Amino acid sequence: MSQLKKILDKGDLAVTAECGPPKGADPEAIFKKAELLRGKADAINVTDNQTATVRMSSLAACGLLISAGLDPVLQVVVRDRNRIALQSDILGASAMGIRNVLCLSGDHQSFGNQPQTMGVFDLDSIQFIQVVKTMRDEGTIWGGEPLTKSPELFIGAVANPFADPLGFRPVRLAKKIRAGADFIQTQCVYNLDRFEEWMNMARERGLTEQVNILAGVTPLKSSNMAKYMKKRVSGIDIPDELIKRMEETPKNRQRETGINICVETIQRLKEIQGIRGFHIMAIEWEEAVGEIVGRAGLLPRPSFDQD
Amino acid sequence: MITAEQKPIDEIREMIAPYKRILALGCGSCVAECAAGGEKETAMLASTLRMAAKIDGRDLLIHEKTVDRQCVKDFILPLDDIIDQYDAVLSLGCGAGVQAVAEIFPDVPIIPALNTEFIGETRDQGYWVENCVGCGDCVLYDFGGICPLTRCSKRLLNGPCGGSRDGKCEVDPEVPCAWQLIIERLSKFNALDRLEKIYQPKDWSMKQGLGPRNIIREDQQR
Repeated sequence: MSQLKKILDKGDLAVTAECGPPKGADPEAIFKKAELLRGKADAINVTDNQTATVRMSSLAACGLLISAGLDPVLQVVVRDRNRIALQSDILGASAMGIRNVLCLSGDHQSFGNQPQTMGVFDLDSIQFIQVVKTMRDEGTIWGGEPLTKSPELFIGAVANPFADPLGFRPVRLAKKIRAGADFIQTQCVYNLDRFEEWMNMARERGLTEQVNILAGVTPLKSSNMAKYMKKRVSGIDIPDELIKRMEETPKNRQRETGINICVETIQRLKEIQGIRGFHIMAIEWEEAVGEIVGRAGLLPRPSFDQD
Repeated sequence: MITAEQKPIDEIREMIAPYKRILALGCGSCVAECAAGGEKETAMLASTLRMAAKIDGRDLLIHEKTVDRQCVKDFILPLDDIIDQYDAVLSLGCGAGVQAVAEIFPDVPIIPALNTEFIGETRDQGYWVENCVGCGDCVLYDFGGICPLTRCSKRLLNGPCGGSRDGKCEVDPEVPCAWQLIIERLSKFNALDRLEKIYQPKDWSMKQGLGPRNIIREDQQR
């Protein structure tokens, strides 16, 4: 059973972390990240060709994490697979012992290193959530044909409180929950005011009672990264004060400031009613996760029992 | 209408290189509207190719002709009287026009002069926009007359995605977010409740289920 589900069911604050697969076929890259994250997070998200850039497959990398005794969250985007391939991967994932899946649209193919590819988008992320739920709860593939065995999966979705139009964001969140999302991981939070506004809207609709919301955070490595993300990365909202704080820090201490901001953010997020945990996306900086969860008072993590 | 743009001139020159007597065949319908393959564009392309051949010292004869609709058999058949004079046809029709001519005159090589692009509208002079994918099962009612399958970069039926910012698409700040437009339009008609519904996976068999599609209507046949 999903370690993440167990912790959330118990009512404890959960911690997930992100592991980006390598641009290569070396399994050691995954095992190295696994060791950096072991004991620091309850489940490890493995990204699926993020920014539309070719990397080791998320499914394969999740398999490697299972062999290392960790609880992976398989990220699956609808950009690259039609409904045949998506459902087939869901069955394969469950067969391999993967117990969490995160269903996403995916960054548009024009952002990556294969801009000439055909984007699939046969299903959208909400339809995909619904398909996975049907497979799990009805024991059928989409269209009603029975499965010999249903996949066992804790179903996740993402939400971006910083995208527009704000008024429609809770509507979309509600649809994801109705489609079957058990947990939500948000885009990284820097703009806490906007995040609180979104959480209030979600609470008013009763959504925080129906789903486990994990707030996303990403430590900034440098002022340049902050400026780059604000300008170039889709869906990211970094307030100018934070950029200024990073810029005013000497270069050799910017990582430290980045971690400080991240820890402070988690402390403030803890105060917000309805937050059930944190998703720490330390991009190519998995070493930082231990310090962040430690200083945020989230250690030790409950032990991982295999079953 | 179907929109198209002329191929680069060097590509066209390379394709026509083996031929000495060419019929440049324009079309007076969609590609004339989008200023790619009408009478005027056909004349301009023919004269450019003539000039290029002259500079190269090549012997090349190009005649021009524009038919009203290059994708309709009845308009192509009269070419039967003149087609034998040429060893190739350079078509300024859309992909449908090119193939219709090839079907009717199987012994004459046919060369496309245009890249066919999309079903769209003329929004302004010199400005054409794509707004229909020809999915075979129109969803415009649900979305206030704005097609998310065409105008959302991720074809979301339950959008907008997390990349919508200030009404623009994450793919390009020049591209309006289709979902922002849908929300604005539905709110004007007090129909925002339509967005609470989960729209089901699209039935793409209406578009590509059995390969190329036909419409056969006996009431129209003679």
